[in-house]
Amino acid sequence: MSTSIRNLSYSLAINEAIHQMMSEDKNLLLLGQGVKSPWYVGNTASGLLEKFGDLRVIDTPVSENAMTGAAVGAAITGMPAIIVHPRMDFMMYAFDPIINEAANWSYMCGGKSSAPVVIWGVINRKGEQAAQHSQALQALFAHIPGLKVVAPSNPVDAKGLMIAAIRDKNPVIFVDDRWLYNLESHVPKNVYEIPIGKAAILKKGKDITLVSSSYLLQETLKAAKQLAKEDISAEVVDLRTIKPLDKDLICKSVKKTGKLVIIDGGWKSFGVSAEISAMVSENIFSHLKAPIKRLALDDIPAPSSSVLEEVYYKGSKDIVKLVKSIL
Amino acid sequence: MDFSKKLIQKLYREMLLIRVCEEQLAQAVLDGEVKCPTHLYSGQEANAVGLCSLLNNKDIIFGSHRSHGHFLAKGGSINELIAEIYGKETGCSKGRGGSMHLIDPKIGMAGSVPIVGGTISLALGSALGNKIRNDKSLTISFFGDGATGEGVLYESLNFAALKKLPIIFACENNLYSTHLSIKECRINENISAIANPFNIKSFSIDGNDVLKVYEVSKLAVDHCRQGLGPVFIEFKTYRYRGHVGADDNIQGSHTDIRPQSEVDKWFKKDPIKRLEKFILNKKILSSRNLNEIRLNIDKQVNDAFSFAKISPFPKKGELNKYVYID
Repeated sequence: MSTSIRNLSYSLAINEAIHQMMSEDKNLLLLGQGVKSPWYVGNTASGLLEKFGDLRVIDTPVSENAMTGAAVGAAITGMPAIIVHPRMDFMMYAFDPIINEAANWSYMCGGKSSAPVVIWGVINRKGEQAAQHSQALQALFAHIPGLKVVAPSNPVDAKGLMIAAIRDKNPVIFVDDRWLYNLESHVPKNVYEIPIGKAAILKKGKDITLVSSSYLLQETLKAAKQLAKEDISAEVVDLRTIKPLDKDLICKSVKKTGKLVIIDGGWKSFGVSAEISAMVSENIFSHLKAPIKRLALDDIPAPSSSVLEEVYYKGSKDIVKLVKSIL
Repeated sequence: MDFSKKLIQKLYREMLLIRVCEEQLAQAVLDGEVKCPTHLYSGQEANAVGLCSLLNNKDIIFGSHRSHGHFLAKGGSINELIAEIYGKETGCSKGRGGSMHLIDPKIGMAGSVPIVGGTISLALGSALGNKIRNDKSLTISFFGDGATGEGVLYESLNFAALKKLPIIFACENNLYSTHLSIKECRINENISAIANPFNIKSFSIDGNDVLKVYEVSKLAVDHCRQGLGPVFIEFKTYRYRGHVGADDNIQGSHTDIRPQSEVDKWFKKDPIKRLEKFILNKKILSSRNLNEIRLNIDKQVNDAFSFAKISPFPKKGELNKYVYID
């Protein structure tokens, strides 16, 4: 198999993962609204229908509850499935199959059966889309035992985590962000996995640890670059997986730097940043040289007006400012 | 329709097994021995037995909170069933699921859950798999009249019809959604009519007549195996016990609100007694034969309870086993 690399966008990296996995596993299905559409899910589903046929690639009615349940049911009975929700806000209709059924399935069946399903939700922030087309809901799902939650920040991880999610015997929530779809990088052509549950250090540093994921990881990298110009050496940890959290890597980095800023695209209260903060305080409090700081959305629904959006969403400048506040 | 002696005997035996099992569980609940919420199937035996007698191990069924009968009719082990209800490691779900989570993938019992309507869409996905595998297998979704209040049923009916999936929507209408009479929660008591707008073939039948159940189920199963799409069957039936437990809606209390005259009316339509009468009238088996069957079943059920009682509990140190599987 070729191991050569070339540039690929984030969305086409996902597309390549699904092509390769549907070829590898003849039972794998893809369901979701818009998998036939040229714009609904970007180009993540390009060519799949033509190659694998309309029995395995199904553009569904607007019935999120039944369609997600169907994906779970297919997976339970021998047909692993990916169900895509082009706007993850619509996944709320499918809480029952995701939480009551898929997440609990293995446990309540004493491990005799499980739901190898990938439930893929796309975050669509900004663009004056308002409260029901903009939500970043990774923390909701990360709360649930039995689910795994991944949130890749770059094309290589997007492909590798999609492959790992498909091969996982447990239900995996795959959260991506439309703002990342055009991001390009070298992506290996071969089939590879990014292991679920493993974070990565994307930039080494000694003064402070910045933990982030998904789109805001890109903003975090920008912030780290800016800080470097000012002689502040930030270590950037990409969570890659939200659940199970890579506690070891986070703690190792914080032990080294003594300072921690967590940057998350969801809401601040009871969210990913709160969990990481609590975990670090519980485990390595004595290594902290400053209070932990968090950058996340205020507890407010997403507004429509672009003027309000500017205030609502956070970016690299906010990260830089917050870092400086504890140095 | 002609019924072989072998088939009649099988139907009788399986219905009686479920009845004896359920009634012994009722006693165990009253004795305080069983604490797990048990939703007993007494009175509805003909539905599961008649329909499942037409299935093989490649065919898949999903159940609900009231699925002891579905599990047994599909060929599940009674020892594993009782052990599960007793919370034992030897149970079909290793003591993690209890009465409302019954599973045995090797015989096509894909699972049961107490979220009303929760398995309807799972069965839909299973039927999609049946269709893709193209091996003439099918899926049965068992649910009660209460589940007709859930939106997912209608989403599933549409998709099943749209994709011509081999699925039977088996609605056991026992006239009560937990404590609430069907008259108080549905605008129309004719449940099978809900299949009409989706152009789904439907039947509404006496669910206490196992031979009728078998006859109609055969039409439905053949329809699915021939690739002609889904079928909806409403089984008109009645549960003898309360919603949960022995004679009540709250396990351990006495809150069954159904009028005794109504309960008595349904006792007269008992599916097992009706088949017994048929067997004796047609001289298919003698009363001595029937008695032998009964003794045999009593022993099987007693053995299952003994097995459950002597089985070990799950180890406390294995609390987190099976949250994820490798």
